[in-house]
Amino acid sequence: MNAPVAVEALANEKIKIQVKGLDFFYGKFHALKGVNLSIPERKVTAFIGPSGCGKSTLLRTFNRMYALYPNFEARGEVLLDGENVLSPRQDLNRLRAKVGMVFQKPTPFPMSIHDNIVFGVRLYEHLPTRDMDERVEWALRKAALWDEVKDKLQQSGMSLSGGQQQRLCIARAIAVRPEVVLLDEPCSALDPISTARIEELITELKNDYTIVIVTHNMQQAARVSDYTAYMYLGELIEFDVTDTIFIKPKRKQTEDYITGRFG
Amino acid sequence: MTFPLYQRRLFINRFNLLMSLLATAFGLFWLAWILWTLFKAGLSAMGPAVVTQMTPPPGSKGGLLNAIVGSFVMAGGGTLLGTPIGILAGVYLAEFGREGWLASATRFINDVLLSAPSIVIGLFIYEAYVVRVGHFSGLAGVFALALIVVPIVIRTTENMLRLVPDSLREAAAALGAPQWKVIALVTLRAAQAGIITGILLAVARIAGETAPLLFTALNNQFWSLDVNAPMANLPVVIFQFAMSPYADWQHLAWAGALMITLSVLLLNVVARILFATKTPSY
Repeated sequence: MNAPVAVEALANEKIKIQVKGLDFFYGKFHALKGVNLSIPERKVTAFIGPSGCGKSTLLRTFNRMYALYPNFEARGEVLLDGENVLSPRQDLNRLRAKVGMVFQKPTPFPMSIHDNIVFGVRLYEHLPTRDMDERVEWALRKAALWDEVKDKLQQSGMSLSGGQQQRLCIARAIAVRPEVVLLDEPCSALDPISTARIEELITELKNDYTIVIVTHNMQQAARVSDYTAYMYLGELIEFDVTDTIFIKPKRKQTEDYITGRFG
Repeated sequence: MTFPLYQRRLFINRFNLLMSLLATAFGLFWLAWILWTLFKAGLSAMGPAVVTQMTPPPGSKGGLLNAIVGSFVMAGGGTLLGTPIGILAGVYLAEFGREGWLASATRFINDVLLSAPSIVIGLFIYEAYVVRVGHFSGLAGVFALALIVVPIVIRTTENMLRLVPDSLREAAAALGAPQWKVIALVTLRAAQAGIITGILLAVARIAGETAPLLFTALNNQFWSLDVNAPMANLPVVIFQFAMSPYADWQHLAWAGALMITLSVLLLNVVARILFATKTPSY
């Protein structure tokens, strides 16, 4: 079944990630069914849908995070700038340096704030100390965390509050200068004030990065994203400009979810 | 209507609480008695001579210096030899061998080795090494102690690494770090307090082991740092002196027993403090 996709709106966009006929299996369980989707560059795309609909699964195929575990299998194509990332010849580490991810639970490494940021950068770049420090400051400023931690960069990353830790994780992800940033329910473990700050951040970040955000919070999707994909039970039901999805969806299923009739 | 039922519950609650307290007191009583006896007999035998003089022949005054140093050398050597093996195997089991036949087999063999009587380990090293080189030696003692350290370190390393949540590994992998870097720079660091605690507990365990040293290092009356010769050590000295009819020797045995107990106590306390303060809570 082909989902209505916003062909007209997307025609004006450069497509960063193209998903073609993606099927995903966990063992025998068919988690994603024939998904076709285009993620536009330098825009925020949101995946919404009830629990278990496959939105996180779809997100995690973009950086092949599932490859860390056995029994997962992806078929089809996910083209990042034209190259299929699902190909067995794809270098996973290089892929993940281009496609960064921030997770639901803040995960600061057990090291100082400075070392947290530097960890990813050191993997692929050899920078002298001064350049490295500049990169750290740049990333922390971008993540709206610099003012709060500039005097305590040597303190452990785990000494920060939940909202600060998540911003640290965002700073860590953008410090390596990826092209795409994937956000998997980044605010669900945070209080409303931290959530608001991170949403502001996302709106700023899209000027430089392609952002894909999975959220179970519909209002957040409406606030933050340019495009929204609605998924249900492993299938893409509808994908369109956010305003269209929320004001005048093309599918009844979408409308039922948006208006809260279920999920 | 509810009152008799409530009274009954209250009584059962109090009765069980009392029984638990009595059981605890019973256990603590014996521990307290052991420590009291140890301190009473050992403290009177302690003095500067104990740590400055060698083990004496019967009837003379002396100390335990060669035994103390020998124990240090062998426990240190056994730990240095056994710890890297244990950590590497623990890393394999926790990071690469979540499933699979090799991991299951390794865990099973490790559990068997962990509960093997230390005298069996001593006899094994005797057969495999001492007999072949033809003499007892401190090195043989090191091998035997290392064989006791390895399964302990494997078990604690694997358990501590498993406590590190997968989300941390994913976060490091998501930055493009290859698996070995994730393990070396993130996972091991996150678990380091627990792993060090495991090592300290292994040291505490081998500090008092007598049986394996009986067949490997034997003992040495004199001062010797030669690992290729029999080496003095506290547990065997205590064994020898305590069973003897000489009062001087028996006093020294008590002093030795007190020193080992205090070291083990200290190691355990340090391990607990370290684990409590340094372990990040998830």
